[in-house]
Amino acid sequence: MKERHFPIYGLLAEFVTPEEILNAATKARQAGYKYISAYTPFPVEGLAQAIGFPRTGVPLLTLIGGLGGGLTGFGLQYWCSVITYPLNIGGRPLNSWPAFIPVTFELTILGAAMFAVIGMLALNKLPQPYHPVFNVERFSHATTDRFFLCIESRDPKFHLAETAKFLQSVQAHHVHEVSNEE
Amino acid sequence: MSATQPPGNLPDIRRLDPVLEPGHTYASVTDKIAAVVLTRPPSTGWLVGFAVSFTLVMVLFVSLAWLIIKGVGIWGINIPIGWGFAIVNFVWWIGIGHAGTLISAILFLLNQKWRTSINRFAEAMTLFAVACAGIFPLIHTGRPWMAYYMMPYPSTMGIWPQFRSPLIWDVFAVSTYATVSLLFWFIGLLPDLATLRDRAKNRAQQVIYGILSMGWRGSAHHWHRYQSAYLLLAGLATPLVLSVHTVVSFDFAIAIVPGWHTTIFPPYFVAGAIYSGFAMVLTLAIPLRKAYGLEDFITMRHLDNMAKVMLATGLIVAYGYAVEFFMAFYSGNKFDVFLANQRLHGPYSHFYAALILCNILTPQLLWFEKVRRNIAALFVMSLVVNTGMWLERFVIVVISLTRDFMPSAWGRYSATFWDYSTFIGTIGLFVMLIFLFVRALPAIAIAEMRELVAHQAQSDEEDR
Repeated sequence: MKERHFPIYGLLAEFVTPEEILNAATKARQAGYKYISAYTPFPVEGLAQAIGFPRTGVPLLTLIGGLGGGLTGFGLQYWCSVITYPLNIGGRPLNSWPAFIPVTFELTILGAAMFAVIGMLALNKLPQPYHPVFNVERFSHATTDRFFLCIESRDPKFHLAETAKFLQSVQAHHVHEVSNEE
Repeated sequence: MSATQPPGNLPDIRRLDPVLEPGHTYASVTDKIAAVVLTRPPSTGWLVGFAVSFTLVMVLFVSLAWLIIKGVGIWGINIPIGWGFAIVNFVWWIGIGHAGTLISAILFLLNQKWRTSINRFAEAMTLFAVACAGIFPLIHTGRPWMAYYMMPYPSTMGIWPQFRSPLIWDVFAVSTYATVSLLFWFIGLLPDLATLRDRAKNRAQQVIYGILSMGWRGSAHHWHRYQSAYLLLAGLATPLVLSVHTVVSFDFAIAIVPGWHTTIFPPYFVAGAIYSGFAMVLTLAIPLRKAYGLEDFITMRHLDNMAKVMLATGLIVAYGYAVEFFMAFYSGNKFDVFLANQRLHGPYSHFYAALILCNILTPQLLWFEKVRRNIAALFVMSLVVNTGMWLERFVIVVISLTRDFMPSAWGRYSATFWDYSTFIGTIGLFVMLIFLFVRALPAIAIAEMRELVAHQAQSDEEDR
């Protein structure tokens, strides 16, 4: 499915405090907007929920990574010490599992940590050097002291003038048009 | 005598220094921290410090080159003392690394707000300390170019590593620790790299920080997954940090050498690691806050708390020493009893005396608030503790190896010039990396400081 191309990516409203953007996001959602995104200089509690994003998927990936790492760790040691390179030392058991615990443990942590980080980046679609919101000059403040709420033009309820008016009504300090062209 | 005391004499136990001096805004914390990297020209102090440490790195390179040309015979190691400085330094460095992860992971899970302004450079310190630590076992193999033998890989010889050996556990523990610390550090840096990208003063900064920040734009969706990943990493790093020094202590405790074969080793190694790590964080934090005027962010509260952690872990270490002695005599094992006596009266007893002085007696001064609030005293104390922890590893490695079961197998150990030059060289490497770090990356987590400002604003609101 080819995405429809809009000349405008959306409208970006600028706020000064986390409370303001949280309030605006909640109202935008109540007003029926679906494609909302928010940009903040630090994580604002409840904002992701306010724009409708309850679950992250990262914990599940981490669990899978951890289990995979642990199984790989133990399997590797079992395969080396019991199957492919068994060393009979005084008739001691080949599958000496207590001695395999440290490496199993370390690889569990390694697998889980790698999956948590790479999974987080992948789900966030990073690295992503270009994004339309970067076209707004004021957006560089999103990593310092300003909070931005974006209502995207692909939203069925999006209407340039109406949406701008709505954003003004929720006390946006500025409303910027986000161009889709570089 | 009057029953009422003047209010000034009342001990004000509720009074705590803030973790962030009041009056800061999102922009002011960002400006102040980012300016160190983006705008401030390197000061004379920085240049001198960098030059000195860079010279020491050259000393390290020369020492390593000479080692590779001549072999480990240039060191003071011999039979029976095969471990010597290389292992002493390895354990010392890896121990120092522990405070970084402790501050960033365990204090994060415990919701300790004061960790915020010290976690970033403590994590950097961890990475650099682990890098220094990693050099030693590698060169101690004698043929570092064969080090890949330790990794399990399908070779034409059909041999595999011995997974029942603590030395192989070490390979996995240390490499996992280095990787996870790097991931944790990088994830923490991501939003700050974006801040630097957006505030870059020239094209080069913009491109470099732009690439490193991966296009981070602070989206609420991103933050949500980010926080989830960060919390999970903290949860994973917590058992990891405890496991690493445990595994290092297994290198000793699994062997049957007198003085090593004890069950107290894992906990007391971990406590010792945190002890030396916090000492190193203080050693770095005190000059850093002074040089870059970061006293508002690294307040007396931080220094005081770190001193308290040092005192607490120092007491655990003291307990470990006591248990070592107690168990030696309680077990009645004549080799253990003999070794305990050797520590007190043997040829290396002056090292043991110095160790007790540095690690147990001097830190007792930290009970006094006056000492904890005296920056110069804390700085000296941190150096004393680091020396003490180095001596501890020396005592463990050398005394046991020089005095094992049979007098015919006894020996003596003394380090050579090359032992010292390699050790000092790694200190140079560590310091140089720290110098580069404070100029190239934000030494304090900016995004987390903004969060702290927000929390402060919120609690001010509630007070009103």
